[in-house]
Amino acid sequence: MRPRQVALHAGLTLGGLAMLFPFVWMLLTSFKGVRQMLNNPLDWLPDPWRWENYPDALGAVPFITAYWNSFYIAALNVTLTLLTSAMAAYAFARIRFRGSGVLFVVFLATQMVPAQVTVVPLYLMLARFGWIDSHLSLIVPSIANPFAVFLLRQFIRAVPVELEEAARIDGAGRWRCFWNVVLPNIRPGLGALGIIAFLASWNSFFFPLIFLNSPELATVPLLLSQFSGQRTAVDYGLILAASAIAVVPTLIAFLIGQRKIINSMAASGLGGR
Amino acid sequence: MTVLARARPRTLHRARPVRNRDGWWAAFFLAPQVAALLVFLVFPLGFAVVLAFMRWDGLGQKEWVGFDNFAAQLSDPEFGLAVWNTVKLALLTVPFGLVFALLIAVALNNVKGGGFYRVLYFLPVVTSSVAVALMWQIILAGNDYGVLNSSLERWFGISAPDWLGDPGWVIVAIAVVTIWSSLGLNVVIFLAGLQTIPPQIVEAARMDGAGSLRIFRSVTLPLLSPTIFFSTVVAVISSFQAFDQIYVLVDPEDNEGARTIVYQVYELGFKDFQFGMSSAAALILLVLTLLVTLVQFAAQKRLVHYDS
Repeated sequence: MRPRQVALHAGLTLGGLAMLFPFVWMLLTSFKGVRQMLNNPLDWLPDPWRWENYPDALGAVPFITAYWNSFYIAALNVTLTLLTSAMAAYAFARIRFRGSGVLFVVFLATQMVPAQVTVVPLYLMLARFGWIDSHLSLIVPSIANPFAVFLLRQFIRAVPVELEEAARIDGAGRWRCFWNVVLPNIRPGLGALGIIAFLASWNSFFFPLIFLNSPELATVPLLLSQFSGQRTAVDYGLILAASAIAVVPTLIAFLIGQRKIINSMAASGLGGR
Repeated sequence: MTVLARARPRTLHRARPVRNRDGWWAAFFLAPQVAALLVFLVFPLGFAVVLAFMRWDGLGQKEWVGFDNFAAQLSDPEFGLAVWNTVKLALLTVPFGLVFALLIAVALNNVKGGGFYRVLYFLPVVTSSVAVALMWQIILAGNDYGVLNSSLERWFGISAPDWLGDPGWVIVAIAVVTIWSSLGLNVVIFLAGLQTIPPQIVEAARMDGAGSLRIFRSVTLPLLSPTIFFSTVVAVISSFQAFDQIYVLVDPEDNEGARTIVYQVYELGFKDFQFGMSSAAALILLVLTLLVTLVQFAAQKRLVHYDS
């Protein structure tokens, strides 16, 4: 039994190092100067340590603004997704109405449509609304989230109906049943969905790339991509300092909540898309 | 008899008024999602279908062109290349990505203290795809920066190809990055599936004299097959839609080898402003996705084991 454990640990560690290496290399390189990278690309440690890569990266593009943009857009997306999809999920799970089954299948079917198919018409439509180059283009359309409705419906169905019936006998209406009885009982589901929606919004790149133009409106991934594209003489130290600024806070947040984050994404099966 | 007599008038009495009010409540609860879906998903989808049959640059006159856009795309060698590259990327990422993930998940399931590894393998999943692409750019670069090629040269004397610049290799490079970044998600999904397998079944097989490999083939794999099937469907769809890592790692405008259908849709729509052409290309992608998914669903009837 022991040698097998050793072999498994060895294999997993080897794979783990492969997962870790790009992050480590990013951090080390983010302190290097161009000359060192060209002359000794295999040096592990920076020599000299160019700490100024970080203030330089922060000064080159409006990073703080981008952080705020990404954060508040993600926070709004999470709030709107949780509220609207929990409402729809409640209707599907608890209210008997005609066409319920058909409507639910239609909901699920719309999930199959890739974003690339709707992006051109969506762009034209948002241009009509005057929402291009505005954060509204990232906030309002992302309310539509059939996956979220499906996920929460599963959670609501697991809540005992008796709880709600008791509340109704006490005179609670539909809304109070939903708000005071069902929602508190699906907190794990809401938490899981909140995490998934936050990550999806925080890391999303395709829509910001197409819908935003102004640098001060950019989200973190968009700013990062523009930052790397702008440079003609490729200063990777600077680019990776910028990447580290973008990535490290997310990683810290992940490490703090890792158990919950991993479990919710495993349970939902679909991950952040 | 008494039960029936008591039950019937109650349902008759309650049925109508409650259902009426329920209809209104259902409409109220569904309204925000349904409205958003109609406006931002269903309508754009219909609009895309209409656009695909038109020539339009967004400003001038719209002009009906029938199937011309589809014909133009399907006969365009550039689009053919994009389809081939898309298929190649899926053929590389899906099998390799899922087999690696399965091996790691099985190892994690049999090891003590696997929580640490789980976190390690999951790191890329929560990392922005743009940052991931930048991290890998400096590893795979063909010039002096490239860590991989510099190492191969110094330690093994191999002069390796320019992974990101060579049209023949760039899809392989993109596949490696894609597998690396999605591995953790598939691992935890497989791991969750493995943990639902009752230990008694594995124990029973062991009592009957089955070895580890036999247990894996005859017990674990069949019981895990619904999860594997689901992951395969999702992996194919997401590899067909890959965009971020390609766009940042290599500009397909510089390297034709990285041109995929999704990039084609992006370029036609938002660089050339040929909205009709772009929609036609996107619809071809949608049809291709649906076809492959249908084939997978047909295949699963024979390959996937559902416990009833």
